[in-house]
Amino acid sequence: MPKVPGMIKGLGVTLKTMTRTLTKGSNTVQYPHVKEAPPVRARGVIALHQDNCTSCMLCSRSCPDWCIYIEAHKELAPPRREGGKPRQVNKLDRFDIDFSLCMYCGICVEVCPFDALFWSPEFEYSEPNIADMLHDKTKLSEWMETVPEAPELEAGADRKKK
Amino acid sequence: MSWLLAFEVPYWGQSVFRVLGGLVAVLLPAGTIVYVFLFKMMSFMQSRLGPMEAGPYGSLQLVAEVGKWLQKEDIVPANADRKIFKMAPVVVLLSTFLLVAVVPFGPDAWFTNFETGIFYALAVSSVSVLGILMAGWASANKYSLLGGLRAAGQLIAYELPMVLAVIGVVIQAGTMNLQEIVVAQNAGSIFGFDGLGNPYIITQFVGFVVFMIAIQAELTQTPFDMPIAESELVSGYMTEYSGFRFLIFFIGEFATAGVFAMIASTLFLGGWGVPFAWFGWESVDQVDNWMNFAGPVIVITKMMLITFLVMWARFSYPRFREDQLQRFAWKVLIPISLVNIMVTAVFKVAL
Amino acid sequence: MTIVNDPLNAKLGDRERLSYIASQAADARLNVELETEGMTLNIGPQHPATHGTLRIIARLDGEQVVWAEPSCGYMHRGYEKLTEVRTFPQVTTLINRIDWLGSFANEVPFILAAEKLMGVEAPPRAQWIRTILFELSRIANVSLFLGDLGVQMGAVTPVFFAFRDREYVLDLIESATGGRFHPNFDRIGGLKDDLPAGWIQETKQVMRKMRSFCDEIESLLFGNEIFQSRTRGIGVIPRDIALQYGLSGANLRASGVDWDLRRDQDSPLAWKNADWKVFTHPDGDSFARCWVRLQETREATKIVDQLLDGIPSGPVMAKVPKIIKVPEGEAWVSTENPLGEMGYYVVSRGDVGPFRVKIRSASFNNISVVPWVLRGVYVPDIITILASLYFILGDIDR
Repeated sequence: MPKVPGMIKGLGVTLKTMTRTLTKGSNTVQYPHVKEAPPVRARGVIALHQDNCTSCMLCSRSCPDWCIYIEAHKELAPPRREGGKPRQVNKLDRFDIDFSLCMYCGICVEVCPFDALFWSPEFEYSEPNIADMLHDKTKLSEWMETVPEAPELEAGADRKKK
Repeated sequence: MSWLLAFEVPYWGQSVFRVLGGLVAVLLPAGTIVYVFLFKMMSFMQSRLGPMEAGPYGSLQLVAEVGKWLQKEDIVPANADRKIFKMAPVVVLLSTFLLVAVVPFGPDAWFTNFETGIFYALAVSSVSVLGILMAGWASANKYSLLGGLRAAGQLIAYELPMVLAVIGVVIQAGTMNLQEIVVAQNAGSIFGFDGLGNPYIITQFVGFVVFMIAIQAELTQTPFDMPIAESELVSGYMTEYSGFRFLIFFIGEFATAGVFAMIASTLFLGGWGVPFAWFGWESVDQVDNWMNFAGPVIVITKMMLITFLVMWARFSYPRFREDQLQRFAWKVLIPISLVNIMVTAVFKVAL
Repeated sequence: MTIVNDPLNAKLGDRERLSYIASQAADARLNVELETEGMTLNIGPQHPATHGTLRIIARLDGEQVVWAEPSCGYMHRGYEKLTEVRTFPQVTTLINRIDWLGSFANEVPFILAAEKLMGVEAPPRAQWIRTILFELSRIANVSLFLGDLGVQMGAVTPVFFAFRDREYVLDLIESATGGRFHPNFDRIGGLKDDLPAGWIQETKQVMRKMRSFCDEIESLLFGNEIFQSRTRGIGVIPRDIALQYGLSGANLRASGVDWDLRRDQDSPLAWKNADWKVFTHPDGDSFARCWVRLQETREATKIVDQLLDGIPSGPVMAKVPKIIKVPEGEAWVSTENPLGEMGYYVVSRGDVGPFRVKIRSASFNNISVVPWVLRGVYVPDIITILASLYFILGDIDR
């Protein structure tokens, strides 16, 4: 069989792709109308579980570009048991993350010793003004609802899922 | 337009009709080509859908784009030669309007019926080179200058194979009148079989291929798009243009594509006609009047076919280098078309 | 009398001699009054072909380049200095951004260097997953190169194919690590997490897709006669020149040097457990560089397939202290990244962060050959040669 010239083959590739797009649909999706679900682990936005936060500042300190702002004050909480001494707890005043600085590295989520920070795959929170990317603790807590369960692990994994 | 004369239109009225007809004949194919090929076919070849938001299936996208371009600021670079810079796009579009004048759309539906129609068409098609050179020179930009010079070199190199490819058709038809070339194709027969007429794509296949390559280069479509060459020269001679001046270049590019495809279909595919044997017509005088209305549709259909080939190659191929292109024109295309002329002439005399 | 250092009599290639003559001719012409002058064309920093902000100053004679020099630094971000004020875990998120198309591959050599200093070894499962992700980032990186190659030469379609199929690989990387572009998944002593369920099956499917993508690109672009005439014999880098300028990766292998750190180096990563081949090409021209990269993408899919079958079970994290302090010492680790040899020289003073990090990125050395290889070529060839040398701006400027 004589060799098909490469230029003819090239025409064939584009024609084949065109027929495939016309018959089987395109590879793209029409974004605002159709949305693809990001993977469970996707690092979309950081959600805050306020009750778990002890304002220990570990996340703020380990952030590579220092975009987490925490302010807290000490408060006396009623004792856990009857007749005990009132406990001293840290009450969170301010927990802001500046998403215009955030590099989405996930170090803060990892270092948090009390499981107060979580990744959510939510990604639609763009703002026309860069200053509006600074989100406070109420907004961060709202994203808590979008946090999915951690996925099952592949066979052969040692550690149980968190 | 004798069929219009039946309505007793005065001469100035005919002129108005001609101008309007010319506008439609240039802009409508340009818009269709941009939407069907540039927006949709290109997207499908790349596994995507292309514009979908403006109008049903994005069909009004072009209107949106034109609106966008018209809103843009009209910028002229500080060091540019202002007058020439502003004239250049108009000159490019002008050549398109001059070209469409000779394309026949039906037995009586033509703008002008030149005796030397194809000669005129090939002559005025070179006017666009002038506009491109003006744009490249006047922009005061090195990329523009390189693009303009490349365009000049390329278009001149490909004018010759184009002319030589057409000569084969002219020899076979025995006329330079485009209307008569159409009639000769549709009234003709191949070895006595007249069901297909005698479209010259069959007898002049070599000429057709050379002509197609030449118009690909003439239209500066990939693989011959060095004058624009986005990755090398930013946008070539169009680099400094924005707003509606760029729009005029854009319309010029695709309108010229449409008009050249019309000329190619006239020369090689039988133009507005269907084989006359289908309806038992003997000559152009017997052709029914409804062909004046069906003719434009047939021409547009054939034009879309030709444009499909041009665009298909455009979306599949990388581009040549300037020197390779010149070598290809002078060492391959011109000898081939010369041989084609000789063979055609020998057959013409012998048969 | 013999003339020393006479390029016309020295043993030079034809192209070199031609460029010398052209440059002499251009100089001579410059000296004549009322003659045309050479033109200095400033390609970049804002130019569609330099995919980033590389600036190339080229002196032209007509369309022929007489002299050209790249001028880099328009995107310098100072990573070497930034790492000095970050702790070790924070560094990986920065160095992700060096070669942004193959981010995971940037993390690995740094983490290996830190592990070497600390004397910890990641468990085998972590090493295998590292290798798989490393090769996936190579595929993602080089597949974009294959598409970009087309767009640099005027073919619009391959780049869309590349973006379409690279997205499958990026989806894999995202579902495993959480980040499409900047995974930040590698940790000292192992990995952040294990693979999610179903990932191995999915990866095998995607590898099949990538192989068919390679076939598609091969028949659309590499087989095309126009492409071949644009690349064959253009921008030839002979073997000795390639070695002198310190090229690495596919650029070096295309010049006929059989050198691949994945095979030649004793690395804790799992390449030695797969059966694969190093491709070289004797020509050293643009086509050879593109061809070697295409074959490497195919080979990388095979490596991933084989490693997925033999992934050992076990933990993905060794025992490391919570606050990582790297003992005093110096370590150099380099790996064969998508662009070439990438290495980190890490100096630690026993602190939580490195004292000094020297980053050897592949692109910076690869473009050092540009002034040599661009002499005497035509303007359109500048673009093809730069495209075939394949650099990432972040990798040049760091």
